[in-house]
Amino acid sequence: MEAKELLLKLAEASGISGYEHEPREILREELKAYADEILVDPMGSLIAIKKGNRRRGEGGEPHRIMLAGHLDEIGLMVTKIEKGYLRFTQVGGFDLRVLPGQEVVVHGTTPLPGVIGCWPPHLLTEEEREKVTPMDELFIDVGLDEKRAAELVQVGDLASINRQAVSLKEDIVAGKAFDDRASVVAIVECFKHLATAMHAWDVYGVATVQEETGYLGAITSAFRLFPDLAIAIDVSHADMPGVPESETILLGKGPGIALGANIHPKIHERLVQTAKSLEIPFQIEPYPGATGTDAWAIQVTREGIPTGLLDIPLRYMHTSVETLSVADVQRAGRLLASFIAGLEDKKFLEFEHASSIAF
Amino acid sequence: MLLQSLSEACGLSGNEAEVRNLILKEVQGLVDEHRIDTLGNLITLKRCSNTGAARPRRVMIAAHMDEVGLMVTHIEKSGHLRFSKVGVLDDRTLLSKVVLVGNDRVPGVIGAKPIHLLKEKERHQVVETDQMYIDIGTSSREETERTVKRGDYVAFATRFSRLEGGLVKGKAFDDRAGCAALIELLRGRDSYPFDLYGVFTVQEEVGLRGARVAAYAVEPDYAFAFEGTVCDDSPKKKDLSPTTVLGGGPAITLADRSFFADKRLVKLLVETAEKNGIPYQFKQPMVGATDAGRIHLAREGVPSAAVAVPCRYIHSPVNILSLSDFENLIRLMSLSLVALPTLWPLP
Amino acid sequence: MKELIARLVEAYGPSGNEEQVRALIQDEIKAHVDEARVDALGNLVALLKSDPGGQGKPPTRVMVAAHMDEIGIIVTHIDEEGFLRFAPIGGLTPLTILGNRAVFANGVTGTFGMEKREILPTEKPKLDRMFLDIGAPDKESALKLVSVGDAAAFSRGFAQAGNRLLAKAMDDRIGCAILIQVVKTLKRNPNDIYFVFTVQEEVGCRGAVTSTYGVQPDLAIAVDATDTGDTPEARPMNVTLGKGPAIKVKDAGMLAHPAVRRLLVEAAKGLGIPYQLEVLEGGSTDAMVMQTSREGVPSGVVSIPCRYVHSPSEMVDYDDVTNAVKLLIKVLEDRVTI
Repeated sequence: MEAKELLLKLAEASGISGYEHEPREILREELKAYADEILVDPMGSLIAIKKGNRRRGEGGEPHRIMLAGHLDEIGLMVTKIEKGYLRFTQVGGFDLRVLPGQEVVVHGTTPLPGVIGCWPPHLLTEEEREKVTPMDELFIDVGLDEKRAAELVQVGDLASINRQAVSLKEDIVAGKAFDDRASVVAIVECFKHLATAMHAWDVYGVATVQEETGYLGAITSAFRLFPDLAIAIDVSHADMPGVPESETILLGKGPGIALGANIHPKIHERLVQTAKSLEIPFQIEPYPGATGTDAWAIQVTREGIPTGLLDIPLRYMHTSVETLSVADVQRAGRLLASFIAGLEDKKFLEFEHASSIAF
Repeated sequence: MLLQSLSEACGLSGNEAEVRNLILKEVQGLVDEHRIDTLGNLITLKRCSNTGAARPRRVMIAAHMDEVGLMVTHIEKSGHLRFSKVGVLDDRTLLSKVVLVGNDRVPGVIGAKPIHLLKEKERHQVVETDQMYIDIGTSSREETERTVKRGDYVAFATRFSRLEGGLVKGKAFDDRAGCAALIELLRGRDSYPFDLYGVFTVQEEVGLRGARVAAYAVEPDYAFAFEGTVCDDSPKKKDLSPTTVLGGGPAITLADRSFFADKRLVKLLVETAEKNGIPYQFKQPMVGATDAGRIHLAREGVPSAAVAVPCRYIHSPVNILSLSDFENLIRLMSLSLVALPTLWPLP
Repeated sequence: MKELIARLVEAYGPSGNEEQVRALIQDEIKAHVDEARVDALGNLVALLKSDPGGQGKPPTRVMVAAHMDEIGIIVTHIDEEGFLRFAPIGGLTPLTILGNRAVFANGVTGTFGMEKREILPTEKPKLDRMFLDIGAPDKESALKLVSVGDAAAFSRGFAQAGNRLLAKAMDDRIGCAILIQVVKTLKRNPNDIYFVFTVQEEVGCRGAVTSTYGVQPDLAIAVDATDTGDTPEARPMNVTLGKGPAIKVKDAGMLAHPAVRRLLVEAAKGLGIPYQLEVLEGGSTDAMVMQTSREGVPSGVVSIPCRYVHSPSEMVDYDDVTNAVKLLIKVLEDRVTI
């Protein structure tokens, strides 16, 4: 599938944290052609393995690289059924301002279309109109009476925003869940390139679960694989009116290559060199502390994992109209593949004076 | 003086190489082995004196190399640098300070709008970081980019010096005081009846991250964290805790936001101090967090304690400590380590 | 079982000071388990080995955990007049402590007071403007009774109100009581069951981090108290006292593993006992960190609905408690697979 087509298909699938089945199956189907082996771990993360197809210069067992993009998206969960209306909470961090008036699908016994109700402005006081409605005052209206609602819906059922992705202009698209299906697509793109490339390292493409609720999939899959090197791919805020330049990267100008404590400096350097040599546009993205991505969890797994982070520029994060450039996703995929093809030994990761005697 | 060179070295979280190389030069002759892990932790080992032991016990002492500071996030058309904070810093302490940008230490200043131009209201308002900028004397983005990049680290240009009364001032005493103490401890004795791992950690200030992976790798039986800690002993209106007192001796943590100290280790420290006439104090409970907060959770758990040199004004461009506290910390710890095997369970 | 609950809730054990509770539990279970050890942080880990003559396959390692610690305070400063300043241990709210008493490990008791100056009648009290008064006339006398770093817990006796039980520390001694009852009652055991009584849950689930790493379970279940939505003008929440143990779907720290949730729901249905599905918006339990251990542990929670959580008078329904015991026994008496 073309990158754009796959992105839209994955984004329209519902895969709220903890319940990533739908996008996982689409991904599994897509990766079959490019991976040697695909497995799903007990937490639900999908791991696609592509073995190295050439020997490393110095020989020996193949080293392993992990690529991580998260499969889950933020969503809603029913907390109570009240006279047929559904009270809800959020899974992950929603912006409360965008909820009233959204169309949703409630994943009950059968999928139920519904809307997040809001009071007509006529009935609000001036003060109320200026205030964002708190979550516990919002509700989903599925048009059912109390009895029928109780038959079809139970506490803990999920609801996702009902949003068809749209193409805006050329390669600019908007939709829900591009955070982080865009990165999952970048991993697929990388696997496609690797199908026709020679690489010495074994590649583990991981679509992680429950990133939005605390990196669970990254924590557990990184512990399981304990790779020699890991790169997380996630989205990052792109330029928007009203947001200072110092807090954003530019849409359509290539992936951001992260820098900071969360990032192994040599991986950053090598990604930059690779991008330059292939003339792939890229941007430098400094992080003074937490990156808020799977990379943050992966780096401190076991004895530590050398970790990098690629960012796909994205506007309006955690809304249902997340906007990105497909070219940036493709560039990230190409950059990853070339980075992997160029990997030989691990010496480049060592710090100055790294050891006296091994112990 | 070791503390001086450590204090004047620059090593923000994630960029500790300069400090690490300096420490490495000092400890190379003092330890049997060392290695640097993938996050940049410097892990050193002094082997057990009793070479016959099948699996000697392991004791880990951690001091963190990183300091708080700033990072360049954007270069304006005018050449000025916008920045974010690395670690926790107080916005009120930043204006009108001299800084060093990048590994080449390009000097710069954090400018402030002159008081003459301020509105009455502005005079009483704290300026937030995103409104501040660093001026390195350039007049365009192009010119700035010749010496500075997005992502460069920025440290304070504070010089170390002695004050009256056995006090010293400098920057980054949190935790270069701990690093210096750990080096002196390694210098003090050839070996102990256990494997002693002196670990100089990274990224403490951004979430205790270096200690976490180092403790997993070392698998210690007991652990200590050395800190430069909060001291708030200036006169106050209310009768509240000063957290620690300068000159009151090393501060022992009972509990902080990250962990409860192991009661056996605290008892050992207190008894050692009392037996040897070393002054000590308890740090105000539930203030701050240290590497011990991650170490004690490594694998199946590690009994841990934290001892600190009280430092005034930590997490600001200039700190003050008392050399007597620093020396007493080293004495207390070296004597406590000798007594530590009394805690071993009988075979 | 009520007598056991009463002894457990009245025991002293703020986070980091669980020794007395642990001793009590050790005494209760030692005759019924194969092994029991205390780990580096103070967790009590007891193993009940599977019955001999298994099915050839190694038995499933199931971890069932309840936390021993309770919320409380820690002394941070003793002033010249003998008043104790303190910091909270765990989620302590000023409104629930005013007028209450706290007791130290050595039995010293005090009452909470508040700075009077500058506090308006409409203002909410803040913990840093409160203190504990242990009746000491000055600093020197206070120091003879307590030291900086000493911890105190609420002082409140066990009581019954109809079919409901009232006490401090119901969170989570009720979980401890349920585990003890399960250990004592279990007739058949095809699994290796680790009953883990954890420390320091209230300050960040620390005991569960190390004990889960040590136990390396295939599946884990935490048993803990949870909030309810059944009091006047409560936040919307579908948990009601007396409507059965709650099976967690989600809280602020985790999503229960669907397979564990299913296992619990099916056991409840099989028994015909009432149960409720729980979505909790604030707070979490040991299961939050148990699931992240090593390569990941499918984890779930059996919650006991509890009103007025983190106050000196937490209320649970006795039927919910006995049904939780039945539910766990039902799950554990069969070979657990997921």
